[in-house]
Amino acid sequence: MDYFDIFVSILGSTIRLSIPLIFTALAGLFSERAGIVDIGLEGKMLAAAFAAACLAYVSGSAWIGLLGGIGISIGFSMIHGFASITNRGNQIVSGVALNFIAAGLTIVLGQAWFSQGGRTPGLTGDARFSPIILPGADFMRDVPIVGPLYANVISGNNILTYLAFAAVPLSWWILYRTRFGLRLRAVGENPAAVDTAGISVSWLRFRALIVTGILGGFAGAYLAIAQSAAFINNMSAGKGYIALAALIFAKWKPVPVMLACLLFGFLDAVANFMQGKSIPMIGEVPVQIFQALPYVLTCILLAGFIGIAHPPKAGGVPYVKER
Amino acid sequence: MTKTLLTLIATAMLSSTAIAAEIKPALVYGTGGKFDKSFNEAAYNGAEMYKKETGTEYRDFEPTSDTQGEQAIRNFASKGFNPVIAVSFAWTSAMEKVAAEYPDTKFVIVDSVVELPNVRSVVYNEAEGSYLVGLLAGMASKTGKVGFVGGMDIPLIRKFGCGYAQGAKSVKSDMQVFQNMVGTTGAAWNDPVRAGELTKNQIDQGADVIYAAAGASGLGVLQTAADNKKFSIGVDSNQNHVHPGSVLTSMVKRVDLAVYNAYKDLAEDKFTAGVQSNGIKDGGVVYAVDDNNKALITPEMKAAADKATADIIAGTVKVHDYMTDNKCPL
Repeated sequence: MDYFDIFVSILGSTIRLSIPLIFTALAGLFSERAGIVDIGLEGKMLAAAFAAACLAYVSGSAWIGLLGGIGISIGFSMIHGFASITNRGNQIVSGVALNFIAAGLTIVLGQAWFSQGGRTPGLTGDARFSPIILPGADFMRDVPIVGPLYANVISGNNILTYLAFAAVPLSWWILYRTRFGLRLRAVGENPAAVDTAGISVSWLRFRALIVTGILGGFAGAYLAIAQSAAFINNMSAGKGYIALAALIFAKWKPVPVMLACLLFGFLDAVANFMQGKSIPMIGEVPVQIFQALPYVLTCILLAGFIGIAHPPKAGGVPYVKER
Repeated sequence: MTKTLLTLIATAMLSSTAIAAEIKPALVYGTGGKFDKSFNEAAYNGAEMYKKETGTEYRDFEPTSDTQGEQAIRNFASKGFNPVIAVSFAWTSAMEKVAAEYPDTKFVIVDSVVELPNVRSVVYNEAEGSYLVGLLAGMASKTGKVGFVGGMDIPLIRKFGCGYAQGAKSVKSDMQVFQNMVGTTGAAWNDPVRAGELTKNQIDQGADVIYAAAGASGLGVLQTAADNKKFSIGVDSNQNHVHPGSVLTSMVKRVDLAVYNAYKDLAEDKFTAGVQSNGIKDGGVVYAVDDNNKALITPEMKAAADKATADIIAGTVKVHDYMTDNKCPL
């Protein structure tokens, strides 16, 4: 296997591992830009994964599973909104509570319904999003350089992968080119000004959280019914927090968010690939080093290269109409 | 006098509830859950088998976290259940503690050794079973490359990988064997996504038969192999049915027999403590053939596996056990 094949293989793996991060980080982008700190992304993803797997299993349709995932994720968002917008509760506490609820409830319900240790039964056929082979992929395969890239990296992914990459420019367009986006950004920076303009701060923030819920639902559905074929206990495995780190890393901007997520995905893919391989001059490197690399890199880049990451000014502060 | 009376009453009560034999068996699973299509399900099947045969009811518990095992074992022992069987090496220290507290209760631990006079430790020679499926993998492989995906990086799992590699290389000495571990913590048993990525990686490098010894993570291996139209090999239980036509075979540990025998032995008053090692010779590890994979195992493969089985039993082929010296000779 020559170096180019290895590169293509790692790139393919990078795409697959980045998708849940991209969806989740974009979900966080909408809520944080509206001034709601969302540490509950992890819980949304997990609950959505569970709902998607259950509904896809019962209905036999991946699309119904996806809708279910989105529904439950929006539900979680609304609870977060009710606690932190309507009742002006602490956003961190509410988010963490949602994470715990999701982690516990999915296992308990899964065990009660399917008694497989919290897992859901395996999905086959139409109950999963299967890879789409783009036209000409087999024909292109023999073309040097471009061929393998097209056949193994660009083609052969499932529909959610393409939707994730489509969601990035769409998010940018919504945030920077629509009235809703302008108001959403404003409400995260200076809600009093938005209020003075006669726009409801609560309603705007709730709408931002609905968008967050939709994207979180996509992330969960990808985990359970596209990447895997069942829900597994705690299958989000901290991806929500990594996405949050990527969001900070990217200074709350859509395109950099995608790049940061791809970087994390790439490091993960390299860690998987390097396991047990020996590097010239050094020998076999313990796999833990590669597994720790994304976190080490985050520290280094945040401290040295990215500069100060300014969060939206009103982030984490409940809006009180009159003081 | 009162004591005799009480004993009489107790005996009368017992004999009215239990018909076949006066045992009150209990079973504690590993954290993978009862229906994991693998290790725990095998234990469940053993208990069901005994129940069907004798009508003796048993109680079981599925711990969902590592801390619940000790509670469950103690709970069963304190309520007078006997024997109490715990499957999974994760309950080793729990078993050591509880078994010492209840010296009159018989305990069985599967996959680990607890040196107490009332504990039977059932261990398997996974190296031999893995050697057999490695041999089959080597013969089924067209590329001359086979893969192994282990769960948690512990000597027990390396033992699977080492036996497998020896089997594969016995077919062709230049056979390439990729070995990967899902992780280094308990979470590695439950991470089919990473297991799937590792499998895809090995497939990209040319592997066309991949052996999973990774608990529930293994389902990710079987899934990825099936998606990519490659062969996979299941573990612990017969997993041939998970993806018929793609799962080449399964390395089955007869955990069901361990559970069944423990109940039966105690009922017949033949229970023995100490280490019980099961290899190919005792039928404790086998490779599974059923309707789902009959077409995949060619007559030549079967003949070779039969010969290897005979050789191992006769002692002419020695499969190195990784756990004896923490080294693999390859």
